Amino acid sequence: MHNKTLSEISSGLKNGDFSSQEITRHFLDRINRLDPELNSFITVTEDQALAQAIQADKMIAAGEQQALLGVPFAHKDIFCTEDILTTSGSKMLANFVSPYDSTVAANLKLAGAVTLGKTNMDEFAMGSSNETSYFGAVKNPWDTNRVPGGSSGGSAAAVAARLTPAATATDTGGSIRQPASLCGVTGLKPTYGRVSRWGMIAFASSLDQAGPITQTAEDAALMLNAMAGFDPKDSTSVDQPVPDYRANLNDSLDGLKIGLPKEFFASGLDPKLEKTIQQAISEYERLGAIIKEVSLPNSALSVPVYYVIAPAECSTNLSRFDGVRYGYRCADPVDLEDMYTRTRTEGFGDEVKRRILIGTYVLSSGFYDAYYLKAQQARRLIKQDFVNAFKEVDLLMGPTSPSPAFKLGEKTADPLTMYLEDIYTIGTNLAGLPGISIPAGQLDGLPVGLQIIGNYFDESKLLNAAHQYQQVTDWHKTTPID
Amino acid sequence: MQWETVIGLEIHAQLATESKIFSGSSTTFGAECNTQASPVDLALPGVLPVFNEEALRLAVIFGLGIGAEVHKRSVFDRKNYFYPDLPKGYQISQLHHPIVGEGHIDITLGDGAVKRIGVTRAHLEEDAGKSLHEDFQGSTGIDLNRAGTPLLEIVSEPDLRSAEEAVAYLKKVHTLIRYLGISDGNMAEGSMRCDINISMRPMGQDTLGIRAEIKNVNSFRFVEKAIAYEIERQVDILEDGGSIVQETRLYDADLDETRSMRSKEVAMDYRYFPEPDLLPIIIDDEYIEALRANLPELPDQKKQRFSEQYSLSSTDAEQLSGSLALGDYFEEVAKISGNAKLSANWIMVELNGQLNKNELDISGSPVSAQQLGELVQRIQDNTISGKIAKTVFQEIWNGNGSADEIIESQGLKQVTDSGAIEALVDEVIAANPSQVEQFKAGKEKMLGFFVGQIMKASKGKANPAQVNEMLREKLKN
Repeated sequence: MHNKTLSEISSGLKNGDFSSQEITRHFLDRINRLDPELNSFITVTEDQALAQAIQADKMIAAGEQQALLGVPFAHKDIFCTEDILTTSGSKMLANFVSPYDSTVAANLKLAGAVTLGKTNMDEFAMGSSNETSYFGAVKNPWDTNRVPGGSSGGSAAAVAARLTPAATATDTGGSIRQPASLCGVTGLKPTYGRVSRWGMIAFASSLDQAGPITQTAEDAALMLNAMAGFDPKDSTSVDQPVPDYRANLNDSLDGLKIGLPKEFFASGLDPKLEKTIQQAISEYERLGAIIKEVSLPNSALSVPVYYVIAPAECSTNLSRFDGVRYGYRCADPVDLEDMYTRTRTEGFGDEVKRRILIGTYVLSSGFYDAYYLKAQQARRLIKQDFVNAFKEVDLLMGPTSPSPAFKLGEKTADPLTMYLEDIYTIGTNLAGLPGISIPAGQLDGLPVGLQIIGNYFDESKLLNAAHQYQQVTDWHKTTPID
Repeated sequence: MQWETVIGLEIHAQLATESKIFSGSSTTFGAECNTQASPVDLALPGVLPVFNEEALRLAVIFGLGIGAEVHKRSVFDRKNYFYPDLPKGYQISQLHHPIVGEGHIDITLGDGAVKRIGVTRAHLEEDAGKSLHEDFQGSTGIDLNRAGTPLLEIVSEPDLRSAEEAVAYLKKVHTLIRYLGISDGNMAEGSMRCDINISMRPMGQDTLGIRAEIKNVNSFRFVEKAIAYEIERQVDILEDGGSIVQETRLYDADLDETRSMRSKEVAMDYRYFPEPDLLPIIIDDEYIEALRANLPELPDQKKQRFSEQYSLSSTDAEQLSGSLALGDYFEEVAKISGNAKLSANWIMVELNGQLNKNELDISGSPVSAQQLGELVQRIQDNTISGKIAKTVFQEIWNGNGSADEIIESQGLKQVTDSGAIEALVDEVIAANPSQVEQFKAGKEKMLGFFVGQIMKASKGKANPAQVNEMLREKLKN
């Protein structure tokens, strides 16, 4: 039952093959049984989920037709959910219950989906291994000595272990695609502005974007249909109609022009992993696509540019966590200065503090021009590279991450090595483009993800390419646990 | 040494929007603490600002009102600092690309001279909340009702040279924003307040001295007193061979002194950068021209019109155009009475005197323009004398009816019947033979005595002009 895709569950519910209560109970039981080891959930909302399921069953019986009616899923714990704990993986918000719903949560409620709980994540989405969570590391279900990737490690691990058929996630520099890659699931980061950021706890405002993690591209389309849309509460959301993302899934790939950025296949990429990616690309050739090498000459700038802009934005986005109005406050502050200092020293983890310090530094007077302003200029160059590439090809392909899942603790001592995990994913965030990672093979029993990058608002084309691959391969069906 | 005072003002005017600049909360003053604070105002995790375009409209109107360049592209920035009543840990403001660029405001000085003061820029930003230090047993309470209220910060050039000029400028801005309808300018409620940048330099020197900034002064009188205090303080230091510390100071009205808050050079690096949650504001010519076409008559234009249309002196025109309400009041009185100059006098002397005595402004006047207009009309048409009119005015002020009602019920109508006046004149001349002798002997002053006696006999109702004329006639014989 738990291997059913979101789409299969949705039609099963409509056909009366099983009830929302049954399927919800089934996943809750699986979470109770398997998650103590994986630690992919921070909060399991068992009672609310069952109540929602009962309601959904009544609505299904009454003939209501919402796309996700009665279908269980999980939220990354970065989305504010009314009356449910929303921690963002931090001690700072370990006691925070949101009084309002994020737009993503509200949209999924409206679509009738049943919330199983909130998934674990790197603290404030800062990390590539899910080891920075205040609630403990998440284990990769393929090998529990290894990381699931991050920051949406909980969402990716939960979908991979079939604890939920789908989960929401967010991607600032690769936080949907890299964990999807490391856990062997499908992860879609839409175009910046496609999904509302209202109620999504901000890491770096100009880069953050929400998207789904699912088993299949078809499921990602189904989730995106519910998540996407213009939101007047988010000034950066784009007022453009939402197509039915399933409509083009079965289009032929004959003549599709795929570009391989040569910089994504240079040194630093595990040769065995490269071979896996090339095999996946051969599959596209067999599907009729035309493969061509392209160049993103400034892609080497991506990581350094990102590690100026993202910390700069986060350093001020996180200023609101001051112990004054909500969240953690240190015990017995003697004065204001003491309250600020100890609240933030005790409430934030090391990686968050590191980024606040970097961000504060690069915005400081005397350094602003050399760092922040320079990074913004370089960001425009990076974006222009993609714009140029999309004049020649329809989609770009390459690896999602330079290597498969690494061992827990392997990179925590060396932040720079950790930062290189996102070397192939960061550019799309800086440019605001959509990208997807799909399972495309295995290395030593560990999943390998293929990344596909599309032009602005070309999610349908991305999903079409991913879906066609999944029609001729089974990598997305392989599971680590029964 | 002769010192020159150099002052620039940063005026914060609260824009008269119904809701806040980045949230839908109400901006009404005086509500119960934190009842006008939404998730956005509280800076809850995940919230985002959405710009209230009404604030943009009002800011552009201001720019047009001071002949400034209105920027078609302006950008919000984050100004970062920690303070408990600043919920996000940053204020959304505009640093590099303000909505309003350079403009100017003309002020009239005591001697009637007009001086042009440069406005560097005006930008949009949000207000902070309030820290409440009482009633919390040694802790501090935070009220976020005011957080997110839209402000227009109007920055002047350092063109002001005295407290008098600074106050005249502040008053002019106050008049302007009320004329333009962009702010109620209520200083007591904090809708308008200013920061004073002040420095001294030897007379004749071009470069500026080191300045101190006096924060958040919220009345015209305090601005005047704070500047006076600060001039004395700075001159004392400089004449003792010391130097001024660049710092932020606070004016304490109770002690009438300024004192140091924090040293600006060491304390603050605001780490400004473009606000990524908001798009740049882009407006086009059409937007700007539509607002320009609907600009109301401005104070300077009204002053000009008053002196031309009503033949008022420059001082009278200046004073009567000093507020929208006063100008409207005057025009109505003039229209009803048919005598603009007399109307102007009555408003500025009698009415203003009473208003000041009772600490009222024109909008709170118990005498309506209609009532005053009718009263002036009765002076104009000789129904009553100016002197009797003062009595009638007082009665109207006290709510005892219209001019005509009071004149009628108290029998105050001026006696203009020449037969009746002649009888009075004859009576008084007959009763005072020795005074008549003195007058005839050349003592012209005695005329006043006779007028007084006749007015007294008529209980003030005889027409003084007629009395004068008839007296001269009779005494000649």
